[in-house]
Amino acid sequence: MEDNGGAPSNLLDDAVGALAGRFVAVEDSVETSAAFVLHHLLKRALSPLSPTVVLFVSFAHPFSHYDRILRKLGCNLAAQRDNKRFFFFDMLMWEYQGERIRDEEKTRGDGLVALYGEIQKLISDLPEERKNSVTIMIDDVSLMEVAAKGSTNLVLDFLHYCHTLTSELGCSLVALNHGDIYSSTERPTLILQMEYLAGILIKAEPLATGLAKDVHGQLTVLNRGDGQGSRYKLCNFHFKVKENNVEYFFPGSRS
Amino acid sequence: MADSICRALRDGALEGEHAPALTIKDNIASPFGFDVFSHVLSQLSSNILAGKSQSRGLVLVAFRRSPSFYVDFLKRKGVDISSSHKWIQILDCYSDPLGWKDGFSLETSNVASSCKNVKDVHKLLSTIIELGQGLVGQGKVRFSAAIDSVSEMVRHASVSSVSGLLSNLRSHDQVSSIFWLLHSDLHEDRVTAAFEYLSTMVASVEPLNQFGNGQRSNMNTFPLLEQSFAKGKFHVRFKRRNGRVRVACEEVRVEQSDVNFTSVSSDNGMINEGLIPKVQFNLQLSEKERIDRANVVLPFEHQGNGKPIQIYDGRRSLMDTKNEITSVSTGKSETNDSSKGEIIYFRDSEDEMPDSDEDPDYDLDI
Repeated sequence: MEDNGGAPSNLLDDAVGALAGRFVAVEDSVETSAAFVLHHLLKRALSPLSPTVVLFVSFAHPFSHYDRILRKLGCNLAAQRDNKRFFFFDMLMWEYQGERIRDEEKTRGDGLVALYGEIQKLISDLPEERKNSVTIMIDDVSLMEVAAKGSTNLVLDFLHYCHTLTSELGCSLVALNHGDIYSSTERPTLILQMEYLAGILIKAEPLATGLAKDVHGQLTVLNRGDGQGSRYKLCNFHFKVKENNVEYFFPGSRS
Repeated sequence: MADSICRALRDGALEGEHAPALTIKDNIASPFGFDVFSHVLSQLSSNILAGKSQSRGLVLVAFRRSPSFYVDFLKRKGVDISSSHKWIQILDCYSDPLGWKDGFSLETSNVASSCKNVKDVHKLLSTIIELGQGLVGQGKVRFSAAIDSVSEMVRHASVSSVSGLLSNLRSHDQVSSIFWLLHSDLHEDRVTAAFEYLSTMVASVEPLNQFGNGQRSNMNTFPLLEQSFAKGKFHVRFKRRNGRVRVACEEVRVEQSDVNFTSVSSDNGMINEGLIPKVQFNLQLSEKERIDRANVVLPFEHQGNGKPIQIYDGRRSLMDTKNEITSVSTGKSETNDSSKGEIIYFRDSEDEMPDSDEDPDYDLDI
């Protein structure tokens, strides 16, 4: 995805830049949900001018939830699903069966290993021109961990394997996690590992000054650069979530 | 200090000694450890190619990035990779570390070997040695080893087995030097300490502003709306053979995937805090004190100047012998009192400032 699909650029798109081959970790909290970031990136990926195919892995909401939200943003998820540009993995009822073995013989019939296998197979079955324009989205990692019965390592292994698709095939990977879930943990390994792995980190936080009517929070986007086209960049700006869109602006720049 | 590290890895191991080992560690508040690792990797690679290093080959154990990433990276850094298969081998623990991709073919190249079971540390060790010997033969020629994430290794295997691997590599006759990256906030302190004990050098990347309570940095502390580089402290601890420890600090700046090291600048108020312990007395000399010290005549310095012998009793300085202090006094003293003893004093060296690079006890073998 080299551009945002023809839509007017905004601060978030400028900060994030091109997503191809990158892992975007999105972090939020109860006070400032970053679900809108996920929706925005989803809409951007499915824009008519972009060839991207989206594989959406949901542990949080059913398809109807995202369909309703994206319709308000001007994107028809059902039609995209029919056009084979949007693939929805409904993981709401999935439950990790546990590893039946200790050593080498893994039962690969279920679990995140199987999910990864499905994702890889789906990508390899895509038409040639679409294979290198895939975005994998995960909503959200903390619920994936719950579904995996707290097996952080398994979740990290899954994220790692999805990350290998970014380097091998140029896919982009977007995953949402909730930072405040781990705030009381002494060593929040899962969220730290995600932050280390991410090439682009988007954090939604409340304002330091507290609640405000016209500003819903602040976004900090850290783009680590990929050593090629993308440069190191750290940006901070405010946002306001409206009914059909989100406004992004620098502090003090709104009239 | 980054140069000292690269030199130490380049110079390699002394005969009969374990290989020098470097731990590069960082935390999420200053996550530039990988940039430092890459910098050290490119420096060592250049030295190997130029024939300047003890090692003639490098085995890179890649957990965090694909082999093609490293090949592209070295190419961008100007390292000639056309003959790369002769001096570097990458053990690919990134693409399929647990064998989940059975049934899908992986990319192959002449510099990369795939590992599909990173939990088997024993096999990892033997593969590293095998790859190294494949580069340099089984004789006296050595190779270096690098692991891009010990933190990732510890996810799959026990700390003791990973420590054992590092220790075995260090003590292997054909390993010249070894370095690895560790994210300290992913592990308990004792785990980080275990790997630091195995190291002769520990390089930590720390934020410029430390958060004393250990909490994760709040993004609100970033004052700028937009910033195109990152800075941190680069703190290095060298452990010498005789047990003496040298500590130094630099500033590290990461920009556009380049990493630069500079001495800590004084104009922003930062002093070399790592070197001066915080005590309630002054450990340094002012300019006046330095001059006065230089003017002090050592007790026996005045001998053989044709003047009557006066044993300095410490109560007053001899003003008329100020200008003779720097010369080495030689010859016998002349005394007009033959019943008194004779003290022949030779000053054999100038004062040496503390913590100089040359360790006077370096050759002591205690």
